Amino acid sequence: MSDAPPAVALTAVAKRFGTGDGATLALTGIDLTVAAGEFVSLIGPSGCGKSTLLRVVADLVEPTDGTALVNGKSARRARLDQDYGIAFQQAGLLEWRTVLANVELPLALHGAGRDERRRRALELLELVGLSDFAGHRPSQLSGGMQQRVAIARALARRPALLLMDEPFGALDEMTRERMQTELLRICSETSAAVVFVTHSIPEAVYLSQRVVVMSPRPGRITHLIDVTLGHRDEDVRESGRFFAAITEVREALRGRSAVAQEATS
Amino acid sequence: MSGRLRGVHVRRGAMVVLALVALGVLWELYKLVVPDDGVRIGDGLVLPRSDDASMPHLSEIVAVFGEREVAGSAGGGTVAASVLSSLWYSLGLAAAGFVVGVAVGLALAVAMARLAIIRRAVLPYVVLSQTVPLIALAPLVYGWGGNLTLLGWEWQPWMSVSIIAAYLAFFPVAVGALRGLTSPPPVQTELLACFGASWWQTLLRLRLPASVPYLIPALKLAAAAAVVGAIVAEISTGLAGGIGRLIISYAQQATGDPAKVYAPILGAALMGLAAVGLMSLLDVALRRYQPTEVAS
Repeated sequence: MSDAPPAVALTAVAKRFGTGDGATLALTGIDLTVAAGEFVSLIGPSGCGKSTLLRVVADLVEPTDGTALVNGKSARRARLDQDYGIAFQQAGLLEWRTVLANVELPLALHGAGRDERRRRALELLELVGLSDFAGHRPSQLSGGMQQRVAIARALARRPALLLMDEPFGALDEMTRERMQTELLRICSETSAAVVFVTHSIPEAVYLSQRVVVMSPRPGRITHLIDVTLGHRDEDVRESGRFFAAITEVREALRGRSAVAQEATS
Repeated sequence: MSGRLRGVHVRRGAMVVLALVALGVLWELYKLVVPDDGVRIGDGLVLPRSDDASMPHLSEIVAVFGEREVAGSAGGGTVAASVLSSLWYSLGLAAAGFVVGVAVGLALAVAMARLAIIRRAVLPYVVLSQTVPLIALAPLVYGWGGNLTLLGWEWQPWMSVSIIAAYLAFFPVAVGALRGLTSPPPVQTELLACFGASWWQTLLRLRLPASVPYLIPALKLAAAAAVVGAIVAEISTGLAGGIGRLIISYAQQATGDPAKVYAPILGAALMGLAAVGLMSLLDVALRRYQPTEVAS
């Protein structure tokens, strides 16, 4: 791990929106390092700044203070180099492009050749199990399928980091659990690090090696919880360790955990 | 899908024809029911006259097209021939105006979409430009063009007419394209930013395709506006050769031949329809950029 730079390194990051009396402190004193290949979830109540934090990493929001490094580069450089892939709650597919052309888009923007683009996009559609839908329009797909296209698109440039902002938030529970298992499989195949924003405790616990618990006003990290579940499969969801981890995160969200002191220091 | 598409077009065409027939029937019915001198209450005329001088029979209007032109006028053939050649000339002027107007409208929209400061500075004037009466503007433009030489090219009077047509045509394009270019939701513009796309790449890959549903109606409006602009400009600058001048010259013969006025008016209406119809072809060609109903 020491040879590769961490996927994300945040030091003393703060973000203030507005100025003067109307200013709100969305984030303050954020220190967080995500190792290469690590899966980290950000969880917390609305307004705790978890999405803002993700957007700082993505260079969609510029921090007021502190530094954000992605793969050892500035967040801006990393964005322009497409060092990360990203998926939002809405798939955001372009309606006039086929599924295949949507996955090709990030490659096309970086001048990849037509054949190379096509080959890579087909490979990705196979990875997310949508090979049969390459020629379809996004509107012909279900919400879950659209989100899988969005994930394939995020992986197009083989990023070392995947940023996900409640990507399964709009899906029904059944689809959601299937997508979670799918995502873990994809991640193990690509060995990308993931920063995953969610407000679902089971989702955070099931997916992550580490859960970052945040609290609002001002937005800050209150707990870092390691999750050790070993290999994830559907049985894990019913195991005692799974429920123990869920309880730990829930307690942390209520601000009642012993580990709290260590994490904030 | 294409079969259903054709069905829709056929039905739309049938409706247009039906509306025309209904209009004709109404016209003749009015002549039949209302007395020649119209209907008066006291001194006020409440329904216009329906005598043959004010409202010639449709058959007479149609017959006019076959009449020989009076000696000395251009062409010397039938009225239909003069109307057609005038239409062709005016359509050319309108087309030139349309092209210039669309180019200017698009350029303005892109500039306004690029920088908020340009939008704030320019948009009020874009709107203001359309409140100036065209009739007042046309002689001015004509006057400016009078002694203009551009790169060795002398300014031609017809160019003034096209410029005036462009002046009307750019407006719907500028407004429609601006709405279209700013229509993509934040999730899409942010995605493009995350892909490291430049502003021009975002314009080409996202904003332009997304603006097609806004551009098509704007282009239809612009086409109709260019036709109206060209005709009004011909009349107010006195340019010969087009349908505008023909309307005036036939109107002057109205006492002798009341039906003749209607020939160029029908022609002008036809020209407007043709211009808008041409834009409908774009509609079909750019179908894939239109929002689709969920069906396959």
